[in-house]
Amino acid sequence: MADQTVPIAGSFDITPPRRSPSLLLEWLHGWVVTVDHKRLGILYVVYGIFFLLVGGAEAMIIRAQLAFPDNHLISPEMYNEMFTMHGTTMVFLVGMTILFGFANYLVPLMIGARDMAFPRLNAFSFWLTAFGGLLLYYSFIGGFGLYGMGGAPAVGWWAYAPLSEKPFTVGHSTDYWAISLIVAGFGTLGTAINIVATIISLRCRGMTLLRMPLFVWLMLVVSGLTLITITPLTAAQVMLLIDRYLGGHFFDAQAGGSATIWMHFFWIFGHPEVYVLVLPAFGIASEIIPVFSRKAIFGYPAMVAASVGIAFVSLGVWAHHMFTIGMTSVSNAFFVLSTMLVGIPTGIKIFNWVATIWGGKIRFATPMLFCVAFLFQFLIAGLTGIMLSVAPWDWQLHNSYFVIAHFHYVLVGAIVFNIFAAIYYWYPKVTGRMMSETLGKWHFWLFLIGFHITFDTMHFVGFLGMPRSIYTFEADRGWNTLNLVISIGGFIQAIAVLLFAWNLVHSYFRGKEAGNDPWDAWTLEWAIPSPPPVYNFAADPEVHSRRPLWDLKHPEDPDWKYEA
Amino acid sequence: MSAIPVSPMEQPWPLPSRGRVGMLSLIIGESAIFTIFVVAYVFYIGKSLSGPTPQQVLEVPIFNTICLLSSSVTIWLAERQIERGKMKAFGALWGLTILLGLIFIGGTALEWHKLIYVDGLTIRTNLFGTTFYSLVGLHATHVVIGLIGLTLILLFTLTGHVNERHSERIQVFALYWHFVDAVWVVVFTVVYIIGR
Repeated sequence: MADQTVPIAGSFDITPPRRSPSLLLEWLHGWVVTVDHKRLGILYVVYGIFFLLVGGAEAMIIRAQLAFPDNHLISPEMYNEMFTMHGTTMVFLVGMTILFGFANYLVPLMIGARDMAFPRLNAFSFWLTAFGGLLLYYSFIGGFGLYGMGGAPAVGWWAYAPLSEKPFTVGHSTDYWAISLIVAGFGTLGTAINIVATIISLRCRGMTLLRMPLFVWLMLVVSGLTLITITPLTAAQVMLLIDRYLGGHFFDAQAGGSATIWMHFFWIFGHPEVYVLVLPAFGIASEIIPVFSRKAIFGYPAMVAASVGIAFVSLGVWAHHMFTIGMTSVSNAFFVLSTMLVGIPTGIKIFNWVATIWGGKIRFATPMLFCVAFLFQFLIAGLTGIMLSVAPWDWQLHNSYFVIAHFHYVLVGAIVFNIFAAIYYWYPKVTGRMMSETLGKWHFWLFLIGFHITFDTMHFVGFLGMPRSIYTFEADRGWNTLNLVISIGGFIQAIAVLLFAWNLVHSYFRGKEAGNDPWDAWTLEWAIPSPPPVYNFAADPEVHSRRPLWDLKHPEDPDWKYEA
Repeated sequence: MSAIPVSPMEQPWPLPSRGRVGMLSLIIGESAIFTIFVVAYVFYIGKSLSGPTPQQVLEVPIFNTICLLSSSVTIWLAERQIERGKMKAFGALWGLTILLGLIFIGGTALEWHKLIYVDGLTIRTNLFGTTFYSLVGLHATHVVIGLIGLTLILLFTLTGHVNERHSERIQVFALYWHFVDAVWVVVFTVVYIIGR
């Protein structure tokens, strides 16, 4: 199939265009006006990796400031801007864009479609998201407003009102935060609509719902969840802007407004948002682990049911972020129990991944290494999550570094690890070249070690009572060594990520030729050349089982015989 | 992919229309936005520290409501006409839908004018003003967007660019209009019945 560059040989003139002086301009123009899902997917991921470096640099500034007691490396205002921008960037500009970028690139290929359901909406959504990010970062120079007050947003990524109301946050910093996220949020909404419509309406012949690859299933669940979770944030931000610009009183305690309703609105968005980020990571693991264990995924229907179950339960747990605001004991008990309930479907997933590996012929290539580390780390993240779901425990550790350690175990230990796994796994498909395994292994081990030095230690400094979001601490608190260790781990991770960035660039030019199917995988995207031609599939594929390429490679023993 | 051995499954392969699925997804997302504004409205009922209160100033807009809800019926009739290719009847019913929508939005304008200039209620007066103008205003914004879309389609119809081949697209757009009407039922109940 490798030589099939046009659907019907001779039907198109494929002689390369003559080199014109404005070739660079044409190339750039091609990327700006593109509506091709593959190019938009690449744009999303490149954009996300760029902001991963930016957000990572902000984290390094935070850790440099906290490395020593009574440190004054940066000003307190700058410090607040750094942790606000770090959180906002990592959630909205890194996690969402990279994962939706993967969805953009992979979903149509995996379901045997030509493109997304609405290609122009797709391009529009990407550019909205991109401008949202630029607007957020423009606040560094534009946030000062007329009176020279403000700067970048400094109210935390949760922007709790009334703190983010006009009397307490002067200048335009919070306006930049709200408006840029509304813009990016509409982009996300457009992409989510697009993914749902693509998966429901563009599946190739035979691709029934229960034959879809798990990544596609997870993206369907995530996009459905996005529809009802991003929008409440947009609504709350509109309310905040009404307060700030039109003199409304939604969060104005002096006019009878509530000081806690913003928290509810924010976490009604914020908690499911974690699942919007982690479910695609589950999808990635569910594609990579079977291929590198040489076994079909264990318990496919249970995996699908557990994903849908997690999405449902995640809508009813938000107030576990708010145990300390003084809710009734009935509310506390409800949110304790609903939060613990999440452990059941996630536990099912972990057991199924382990059962997939069990007895398999495991190949420890870089993608698999990241996925195995994910399994361990996600288990620990889940266990500390269960601990924090107990309200009295949470009263002790709320807003401490234990919480920071817990959610970084999810966001980095699970999501970022799987994002790295996915990039190593699908890079050959996207570029036609393999990423360097040597550099990949260096990246993996350095990142793993740095991750554990940083975030394992954070649990302890949290136990010792160090609160989050503090500018500095006195030397006699007993946190000195631990904080230095955390910072050192952070810098090890930064070195690993720089190695990774170098690997991305280096392999693009020097990597080994990948061929169609370097990993001997089973989903449809590996049936076509790498990089895929513009039209994806020369002939509409037809599938008969969950592993169409297995059927193709093993006609004597096809999967559909065993899938009732 | 012809080398795949063929399994027993050889049936027709119908899939839902992407337009419908996309519009339904948008409606789900919009519903979540409205839900948050409705929750804020209900949460702040009776919590204003100063007047005017809803009991003092709100009048139930029954005529407006009848007009808006009827527009759902007329647009549904229009959908049936375009399926049969009767473009004249379609244009007439479509125009009637726009007229009903305009009456609704005009009624809202009159209501707001009275509230602002007679009763002195603005978005910054009290919590009632803040929540009322944002919830009803959010709905009115959707009506205006819907009216712009409806008017564009009417212009295309009058210039002869719409025919029965477009009936599915028309129905997808009509879904949005039905949604705007359905939301009004919720807003009406919350603002003019529960909150008054």
